[in-house]
Amino acid sequence: MKILLMGNPNVGKSVIFSRLTGTNVIASNYPGTTVEYMKGTMKYRGEKVEVLDVPGVYSLEPTSKAEEVAVKMLEEGDIVINIVDSTRLERNLYLTLQLLERKIPVIVALNLWDEAKHKGIEIDKEKLEELLGIPVVPTVAITGEGIRELVSRLPEAKPRNLKLSEEERWKRIGEIVSQVQKVYHRHHTLSEILGEASVKPLTGIPIAFGVMFLTFTLIRFIGENLINYVFDPLFELYTPVAMSISNLLGSGFIHDILIGQLIEGEIDYFQSMGLITTGIYVPFAAVLPYVFAFYLVLGFLEDSGYLPRLAVLVDNVMHRMGLHGSAIISMLLGLGCNVPGALSTRVLETKRQRFIAATLMAIAVPCMAQTAIIIGLVGVHGEFGLLIVFGSLLIVWIVLGLVLNKVIGGESPEIFMEIPSYRFPYWGALLKKLWIRVRGFLMDAVPFVLLGVLLVNVLYALGIIEFIGRVSAPIITGLLGLPKEAVVALIIGFLRKDVAVGMLLPLGLTLKQAVVASVVLAMYFPCVATFAVLVKELGIVDMLKSTTIMVALAFFVGAVLNIIL
Amino acid sequence: MGEIQTLSRMDAGEEGVIRKIEGGYGLQKRLACLGLRVGKTVKKITSEPLRGPVVVEVDGTHVAIGRGMAEKILVEVS
Repeated sequence: MKILLMGNPNVGKSVIFSRLTGTNVIASNYPGTTVEYMKGTMKYRGEKVEVLDVPGVYSLEPTSKAEEVAVKMLEEGDIVINIVDSTRLERNLYLTLQLLERKIPVIVALNLWDEAKHKGIEIDKEKLEELLGIPVVPTVAITGEGIRELVSRLPEAKPRNLKLSEEERWKRIGEIVSQVQKVYHRHHTLSEILGEASVKPLTGIPIAFGVMFLTFTLIRFIGENLINYVFDPLFELYTPVAMSISNLLGSGFIHDILIGQLIEGEIDYFQSMGLITTGIYVPFAAVLPYVFAFYLVLGFLEDSGYLPRLAVLVDNVMHRMGLHGSAIISMLLGLGCNVPGALSTRVLETKRQRFIAATLMAIAVPCMAQTAIIIGLVGVHGEFGLLIVFGSLLIVWIVLGLVLNKVIGGESPEIFMEIPSYRFPYWGALLKKLWIRVRGFLMDAVPFVLLGVLLVNVLYALGIIEFIGRVSAPIITGLLGLPKEAVVALIIGFLRKDVAVGMLLPLGLTLKQAVVASVVLAMYFPCVATFAVLVKELGIVDMLKSTTIMVALAFFVGAVLNIIL
Repeated sequence: MGEIQTLSRMDAGEEGVIRKIEGGYGLQKRLACLGLRVGKTVKKITSEPLRGPVVVEVDGTHVAIGRGMAEKILVEVS
């Protein structure tokens, strides 16, 4: 048996899903967080049944890829729990009526019940139940209120088999709403005043700059302090252990693989390149603190409801890049990791938009793992270098977007999006989401980092790096002005960009070289995880086009930077 | 009868009732799903510069609409 959770975007389906199944999924306060359905199980009448969290839809006639997924899934379900936003009853009922026209049993969860009360909206749920002819249960998913009742009334769900025309639907909705809903007028709340201020350009644009500045300052502050006061001290405790292993092994191939090269008789966690030195230091002490900081701050931004407002403000610029404002949310996700970023482009309506968004992200949006190491490599020379690296990427992002919009045929649809209310994030939900993402990073990243470090050692031992270095010297040294050993970073970059940037540390690069290398590494090719997702999302042909742009542009921009700096 | 104006040309803060949507069935349906239908009261919140989107309040919620779409929505300003 399959239970489907269906409803408009951003009504809390994923939170209810987590409540029902105990499975943790990412939920945020903006439409389109769930682009792929999630599967879980729950106990129902003593047996295990499947619960599916379906991407949000406004109607059963899909307008985006995510919505197509939703409609297809309806065929397979046995019961629909239709989750309705109590604060937006009228528009939510449209989907409810469409569901009632199908042959599937439906039960309604009136979610965000508490927020409706705050907003002065009163809904007579008994009357609504009578008019719809199916059970209606008020819920507050985030606190768990009403979930038990929802489950206990599942058996009462029934199909209605209504037959309505488009006009009749809206007429019926009008009748229902006028009978069950009372709205009491209240003064503007702080969240409403803030809501307006953050979309009006005169106040909104300064607020956006402020928020972004604060966001990145906070990420850097938290990341740096975690490294300096937590992770580095921990590794100082670990160093004697690693040293005694090193002494035990003596010298030879095993020592080189596990410990790597000793720098002046000591382990250097960035330069040694052993599995149990650099291999664990990079993911845990260099990258994890920044990943943690990034997702903590991002989670707060997501759950507050600010991001859709940012999307509205940047829409005019993004529209000229062939996208619309919501793509900025994908880009922000991409700053954490390009994989979820690429998946989130599914909320965009057309193939053209998805191609542009994915290409721009893969080229010019460095993930947090890479950024963390770039901060280490370039940041030692001061803030100026970082400004050039990220400034160059931003310019590439904008210019390439403008060009792609001109070159690729077709129009991009305009933004059309509901802006959610501001909410103060719940700490419990926030921390849970942070944990899902950090765990995801550790499980996916650590094996690849270790593999990368291992590969470096093997390639060095076999003399392959020496060989490729000599062959590619005209490009690496001639065009980019880097030492020929830097080519190893380009090879390892296929696996993990953080390890790749890390490979540059022992080369003693000048500021200019560090900047060029960071930019080229960020742009030239996505890491293997992102590559796999992009092939799946774009198809192999479009991905080849996208990749050609990446390689060509990376060396072009690298050469230009080499000349002008 | 008040003055009929497109949603994009209304001033921030003005309120009115939607009288006509000049678009195909598809557009009408999409707009309807977010509460923008003939007969509904809307309040203009703002227009973003450089032909950016228009933000309106309908049913107590804010909705962002691309400029092109907003030009097709005719409102009787009260």
